[in-house]
Amino acid sequence: MKRSRSLAQKREVAAAFVFLAPNLIGFLALTAIPVLASFVLSFFDWKLLAPPHFIGLANFKELFSDPLFWKSTVNTAFFVFVKVPLTVIIALVLAIILNRKMLGRDLFRTILFLPVICSSVSVALIWQPLFDQSSGLLNQILHFFGSKGLPWLTSTFWAMPSVIGVAIWKEVGYVMVIFIAGLQGISKTYYEAARVDGANAFQEFFKITLPLISPTTFFVLVTSIIGAFQVFDLTSVLTQGGPGNATNTLVMYIFQSAFRNFRMGYASAMAMALFLLILALTVVQNQSSKRWVQE
Amino acid sequence: MSKDAHMRNIEGYRIARVISRIVIALVLALVAASILVPMFWTVGISLKSSSEALKDLSNPIPKGLHFENYLSVFKTIPFLRYFLNTIGISAACCAGTLITSSMAAYAFARLKFPGRDVLFLVYLGTLMVPRQVTLIPNFILFRVAGLIDSPLALILTGIFTAYGTFLLRQFFLGIPRELEEAGIIDGFGYGRRFTQIILPLSKPALTTLFIVTLLNIWNEYLYALVFINSDSKRTLTLGLAILRGDFDVQWNLVMAATLLAVLPLLIAYFFLQRFFVEGIALSGIKG
Repeated sequence: MKRSRSLAQKREVAAAFVFLAPNLIGFLALTAIPVLASFVLSFFDWKLLAPPHFIGLANFKELFSDPLFWKSTVNTAFFVFVKVPLTVIIALVLAIILNRKMLGRDLFRTILFLPVICSSVSVALIWQPLFDQSSGLLNQILHFFGSKGLPWLTSTFWAMPSVIGVAIWKEVGYVMVIFIAGLQGISKTYYEAARVDGANAFQEFFKITLPLISPTTFFVLVTSIIGAFQVFDLTSVLTQGGPGNATNTLVMYIFQSAFRNFRMGYASAMAMALFLLILALTVVQNQSSKRWVQE
Repeated sequence: MSKDAHMRNIEGYRIARVISRIVIALVLALVAASILVPMFWTVGISLKSSSEALKDLSNPIPKGLHFENYLSVFKTIPFLRYFLNTIGISAACCAGTLITSSMAAYAFARLKFPGRDVLFLVYLGTLMVPRQVTLIPNFILFRVAGLIDSPLALILTGIFTAYGTFLLRQFFLGIPRELEEAGIIDGFGYGRRFTQIILPLSKPALTTLFIVTLLNIWNEYLYALVFINSDSKRTLTLGLAILRGDFDVQWNLVMAATLLAVLPLLIAYFFLQRFFVEGIALSGIKG
């Protein structure tokens, strides 16, 4: 073994350092170290203006007995586990339809992608008047069918489903585009062979499309779930977490604790809880993926 | 199978195909309507007079076309300021992300240095960490550095994403090494190999990162809410939320402002549609 590296190797290391440095410095200072800092902070009581002091696991103990934390967690979980599957199913169906050659295909793709480029804040604003209980479009449609209409955003029962509906509306186009890319990667020969064997459309879907698109489905599920757990913009503009905290989410509660009540340690503990939740779900998905994702 | 039964079979198949086509057309029409109708309502309300918008949101067709609402938006709130702030922050973030991520990605994909794989794992690991985890320490850091209420806070937190480095590294790994070796023969150093061989070959991935960053930063809300206090530093999304937060909401102005805020991206989308859609499709690249 050579003791000293050759000149070329030293040069390569030096070059790597130069290439890496701008991103690495920012990444360490604003992402990697803050993750550790947040972990450390979660063991402190810190009101921002007073000096922090170590309180061990007290923040986590408080979290477990904080009804608003549980409410926000349940709300967030409900949002995630309703929104993500529905988005994925609708997007996959649309992707399969729009992957074929048909009249107006590009126009439909364009329309479906429109909400994707709008911010969640503007999407919330676009939908707000439509949810209006007396004169909103949705209730006018219901009136037409003889119904009294629904208290879309003002009832504790309907507020979250309404928010979920808007969230799906915004994201379906994005997931669809990713699915179309996945579908285009499936070789046509599979379908030709299936047709020779006399397979019908359902068999084609369940025996060819679904298994071969599974890596895309897996990617979409993992990233959508991570994203959905961080829901904030939609709920904070559309319902401000109300009525009666029915749409208060974990990130909204983290925001309130940290930047309205200035409880930095408590908010960090909550952020850690959110991270652990996401981590656990990602690990579970990764484990189960061996059973259903084709390589 | 008798000839008769066979004919019936073909007939049945034809009918099934026609029905499935009708169902598909109906589904698509419904989906398209569900997207276009809310947007049509937005345009309609944005053109109503203030008194009409206050009384009645049920009818999207305004009694008169009040285009002056769009001007009022700029007069009632410093909307132009918000616009310029968002444009500036987005431009800085896109440039910063593209430059620093592509450089780091080149080091990870092509150069050997001690600790490379461990460091890359750290980058990869943070992809799973929700941004709210880093938000609080970032806030504390910026408070010490005096960057609260500065656009720099939004720019710095927008640039150094692990995602950009990860995406470009995966793409660079797919570029054949032989292409770079041709550069070595020509006496290129690392810098020229990077700028003259790797980058020109990576336009699709760079476009993807550009579009993903642009959409994220242009539409960012939480970070702006945390870091920005004064009116003159606000971004478009903050301005919209504040316009909405007023006690008696002037829906005609809110809708006009909403349309104005999405207009630049909308125009870009219509002209560069292929890049947007292909870019987003590639954003789901597998590791």
